[in-house]
Amino acid sequence: MPNKTLPPPDSTVDITEVVCPVTFVKVKVALDDLEPGQILSVRLNDGEPVENVPRSLKDEGHRVLKLSANGDGTYNLLVEKGQE
Amino acid sequence: MATDYKALKNGGFMRQKQKDRFSLRLKVVGGQLTAEQLRTVTEAAETYGQGYVHLTSRQGLEIPFVKLADVENIRQVLAKGGVETGVCGPRVRTVTACQGSDICPSGCIETMTLARTLSDRYYGRQLPHKFKFGITGCQNNCLKAEENDMGIKGGLIIHWLAEPCTFCGVCAKACREKAIVVTEDKVEVDRAKCNHCGRCVKSCPTEAWQGQPGYLLSFGGLFGNKIERGLELTPITGDLNAVLKVSDATLDFFSTYGRAGERFRFSIERTGWETLAQTVKEAAANA
Repeated sequence: MPNKTLPPPDSTVDITEVVCPVTFVKVKVALDDLEPGQILSVRLNDGEPVENVPRSLKDEGHRVLKLSANGDGTYNLLVEKGQE
Repeated sequence: MATDYKALKNGGFMRQKQKDRFSLRLKVVGGQLTAEQLRTVTEAAETYGQGYVHLTSRQGLEIPFVKLADVENIRQVLAKGGVETGVCGPRVRTVTACQGSDICPSGCIETMTLARTLSDRYYGRQLPHKFKFGITGCQNNCLKAEENDMGIKGGLIIHWLAEPCTFCGVCAKACREKAIVVTEDKVEVDRAKCNHCGRCVKSCPTEAWQGQPGYLLSFGGLFGNKIERGLELTPITGDLNAVLKVSDATLDFFSTYGRAGERFRFSIERTGWETLAQTVKEAAANA
């Protein structure tokens, strides 16, 4: 079912200036500051980060809510922190 | 009595440059040995070799510098510890495999079970020339399926479920083939572009993409004096029994049409790809 009304993020992190594996590390550190159920917005680059970061987050037990293009070659990923 | 080098080679004894020294090839399936087997190999290499082993390019293990007179002794020591000698010459060689979906997050198929099945079924079977099977769990192709006489590559046969989908768009970006288009309320997949990599299934946050393990088969690969890439002749199949029927038919084809000393690739080219394709398709259909 389409998920049109998404809650606003509780925190944001920008990983467009770093490369793998620091991309994922920065996201993990940002998630560490949140409680389960809270939402993080991640700004990330096209290519390898947008291909792999969502899957890594899923594998770590978090819930990806939405991926949207910013129109400037970057993307915004909304992710809900999973249970510890 | 003259030494029967050919018989020794059948049993995995590779003649070295050094007089009366052999590099003893061991049987390894899918690149795995138990700790107990390794202890046995250690003992054999220290007692009958020079205290080291050589790792071959196809996940094999050899103990160099074994003397001819020690052949039976080392065989016994190895057998007691569950280690068999390998094969060389014109026959089915080591079945190679990555760790597959049991271990690897990228894996789409259970490679080790399949490697053991193929090895039990064919290892050492006499043919016109050497014949290599290689199994790789996914499109990352760590085990280089297409360089084998018959390669098996894992993939996922994908299926999209509307109900759990949130149209988040992750799959469309995860797909490197650009086969998926996600809009506000629609997900479309271009089946002609899908290479069965399964990245949509693996990345989907809500399990809206389902994937059935499938096998992509390639034939006639070579990576020695001549280099040729194995070719796919049939679509992906999710039926393991069909894979075995196809491998049976493939080896029978080589036995029937291959000439002594001719690699499978050249038997196919001489006989015609269409003949093999027909054989393979019939075998899969009758599984």
